[in-house]
Amino acid sequence: MNVAIIKYNAGNIRSVDYALKRLGVSAEITDDPDAIVSADRVIFPGVGEAATTMKYLKDRELDRLIAGLSQPVLGICLGQQLMCSWSEERDTSCIGIFDQPVRRFPDGLKVPHMGWNSLDSVSGTLFDETLKGSYVYFVHSYYVPVCEDTAAETEYMVPFSAAMQKDNFFATQFHPEKSGGPGHKILSNFMKL
Amino acid sequence: MLAKRIIPCLDIRDGKTVKGINFENVVDVGDPVELGAKYARDGADELVYLDITATHEGRKLFADLVRRIAGHLNIPFTVGGGINHVGDAEILLSAGADKVSINSSAVKDPGVIDRIAGGFGNQFVVVAIDAQYADDRWTVYVNGGRIPTEKELFSWAEEAQDRGAGEILFTSMNHDGTKNGYACEALRELSSTLSIPVIASGGAGKKEHFVEVFDRGCADAALAASIFHYNEIPIPELKSYLKQNNIIVR
Repeated sequence: MNVAIIKYNAGNIRSVDYALKRLGVSAEITDDPDAIVSADRVIFPGVGEAATTMKYLKDRELDRLIAGLSQPVLGICLGQQLMCSWSEERDTSCIGIFDQPVRRFPDGLKVPHMGWNSLDSVSGTLFDETLKGSYVYFVHSYYVPVCEDTAAETEYMVPFSAAMQKDNFFATQFHPEKSGGPGHKILSNFMKL
Repeated sequence: MLAKRIIPCLDIRDGKTVKGINFENVVDVGDPVELGAKYARDGADELVYLDITATHEGRKLFADLVRRIAGHLNIPFTVGGGINHVGDAEILLSAGADKVSINSSAVKDPGVIDRIAGGFGNQFVVVAIDAQYADDRWTVYVNGGRIPTEKELFSWAEEAQDRGAGEILFTSMNHDGTKNGYACEALRELSSTLSIPVIASGGAGKKEHFVEVFDRGCADAALAASIFHYNEIPIPELKSYLKQNNIIVR
């Protein structure tokens, strides 16, 4: 299997590659359009800030390329947020695969929402019922509200989209590559699609 | 619900774990990767690796080690020790570390917090603070608790937060090594002052201390070293004790 991890100017991409290696999958970290388009699976990871990252993607026309992909695509963390239409983080216009806004957590509890939280409900192809109630690892200050594309729900002050799914596009707000056994299973399910 | 985190801390010298006894199913407790993987299997929520090497050669071994840890561990980990510049942090990030912990270097040059957070995000920066309580004041110390500074715990923690720290790791020097419990009052104040997570360190000796630090101390995470390395409190046992006491853990 040919897996492309989209390379850009953010965060700990390496850990996604390591997690795939633990699944026996070797991936290519690349920003080459041909390599991305021809891959069997595309992973769009992310730690970072929305505006700077969108600018980087737009300058290379990777935003349009991602939106046009037809193979299974998995966005992770900031990846999920950038797959939405707009982010409150520096009023950023995003890729728009999911027609949803990205909001900042309200005041109240500590932000970033950091640590292990539970998947309170799950649906969609990446999740089976055994994953309901599982703890997965989150680090984020912005969230996607629950909507028709929500594939898993978690609560932190408000219920939010822990995972999303629409056609061939999948996304998780949490880091499956850092989420122990449940994360391993979710990545493995993505590879088996 | 967001779970409270249990974080074992491993000291590393020349690429090897400093403390630790022989566990079942762990061939080499001196191997930081094997020991870390054991803690992850046991239910540790994160790990902290502190490099206490002073030599240049040791530092290089540490970066190699971070690469190996990142390849094996499926939970987040923080690395600290000797990070003075953005470049030091970048080497560890590209080796696969999820977070870096900075301590003395941030006190000496607070701008290093802004620069690392600005380059790699707030979530990447843990500011560790060692402080000692005396004469009605929590004084911040540097160089492994050897040198007192002008800084005071609460105002320094707030400044670190404003500069971009994603978490504060507070070690009470009065409690560290006593096994009499964490500095719950100071932690509670710290937690109510700050809007970022607080990791408690120093004083863990019994399971009850963890209930206290989460309930009374309002800590988001609790770090400990020797009680885990000497298997005085196995992590699975600690987790089930916390659950019985209505603390939310994974």
